[in-house]
Amino acid sequence: MPFDALRTPLHALHLRLGARMVPFAGYAMPVQYPAGLLKEHLHTRAQAGLFDVSHMGQIQLVPRSGSLADVARALETLLPIDVLGLQPGRQRYGLLLDGAGGIRDDLMVAQCGDSLLLVVNAANKAADEAYLRAHLTGICKIAVLPRALLALQGPGAEAALARLAPEVAAMRFMDVRAVRLAGTSALVARSGYTGEDGFEISVPEDYAEALAEALLADATVEPIGLGARDSLRLEAGLCLHGADIDTGTDPVEAGLSWAIPPVRRRGGAREGGFPGAARILDAIATGPSRTRVGLRTEGAAPVRAGAPLFAEEAAGEAIGRVTSGGFGPSLQAPVAMGYLPVALARPGTRVFAEVRGRRLPMVVNGLPFVPSGFKRA
Amino acid sequence: MLRFTDEHEWLAREGDVATVGITTHAAEQLGDLVFIELPKVGARLVKGEAAAVVESVKAASDVYAPVSGEVTEVNDAALADPASVGSDPQGAGWLYRIRLDDPSALDGLMDEAAYAAFPK
Repeated sequence: MPFDALRTPLHALHLRLGARMVPFAGYAMPVQYPAGLLKEHLHTRAQAGLFDVSHMGQIQLVPRSGSLADVARALETLLPIDVLGLQPGRQRYGLLLDGAGGIRDDLMVAQCGDSLLLVVNAANKAADEAYLRAHLTGICKIAVLPRALLALQGPGAEAALARLAPEVAAMRFMDVRAVRLAGTSALVARSGYTGEDGFEISVPEDYAEALAEALLADATVEPIGLGARDSLRLEAGLCLHGADIDTGTDPVEAGLSWAIPPVRRRGGAREGGFPGAARILDAIATGPSRTRVGLRTEGAAPVRAGAPLFAEEAAGEAIGRVTSGGFGPSLQAPVAMGYLPVALARPGTRVFAEVRGRRLPMVVNGLPFVPSGFKRA
Repeated sequence: MLRFTDEHEWLAREGDVATVGITTHAAEQLGDLVFIELPKVGARLVKGEAAAVVESVKAASDVYAPVSGEVTEVNDAALADPASVGSDPQGAGWLYRIRLDDPSALDGLMDEAAYAAFPK
């Protein structure tokens, strides 16, 4: 562990719980607890898992004019989503794009009434903050909040959190609400990164440990490390920025066009006006040349990120690449995501991945690999 | 005779054949194992070259040949149940057996006490 690694407010708790700590995005983070990755993964799918995601960036935008619409309008010049139409108490998934339509980061935007709150990836938070300051400083005050972020995920998450704050049971997927928890005002979002129902809970740093302890006191809740967080999100078909999406991929080929609503597309009331708009709106109209797919193996060997993909077992140039891959504990089988030419992206198509000099058959699979459990109604 | 390498493998020699596996420490570091790949019986292994692969949910790790020789047997039960390598790495989770080119090749390796003291 680099001795200058940053620590989250739950660092001491992780050590008490026996976590194995690893460096991640400049932080010392728990990769797994004594139960181990497989059990942690399966526990989250069966009951409820508690994740420390305090390394992520929570960036607050407060309008200088007092009108949130001014910030929303300005943020729409950076994100191809409907920020103006975002109702108080709701959040949306969005993509920060560069001029070529590449994905700088993916994030959540929450409408908190008098401010917007962006939750961004840990590895990108300094760059995102600088980028937002460069473009939005005249419109809003920008603050990276000194708050912890805990995720409670799994089919038992609602019951576990509702024992501390009954009102969360009424929240729907992507609702955001201020809730009294562990003696403080928490900002609770019904969302996550596992494919399961669950919550992401922002609290002042000093209250994080008390909240985590209160949740872990529930018999259904176990601490879950970054290792299982990755296998859970991969089975759920969710992108990891820096692996499945980056500045070399655009939202259309990444299968994220759903995050660009009609109002920002051709013919929409606020068409375009975001970085890379011409290229991306063209790609929506004409379709991409390659696309992100799920992949399963026929054998037992996992295929990892970086493995080149081929159309044939014996010959030819690589036609694509695996961007995330590993073992799916819920499927008890290897799972991967990667990019393939659209002509080879239909579920059931057989391709080959090169692993240790051998070409292993893989079959294109729809995403997600496991059905999601979001509470939409 | 049980010997250990600084790459966290163990070797148990009987005559000119050694059984090879990963140490308990290595297994703990790797976490839950989900796949292993072993050399073929009859394969020639060269000391220091990749001989086997052990894969956890997160990552694949090469296991290097600690000595040179010819593979005489592999642990088919471990192939079928990779978790056994993680749960009993110095017992039922052995990986393969190798006929040593040079039976004295183990002489320079650590014994149990030395490996216990070896910084990990």
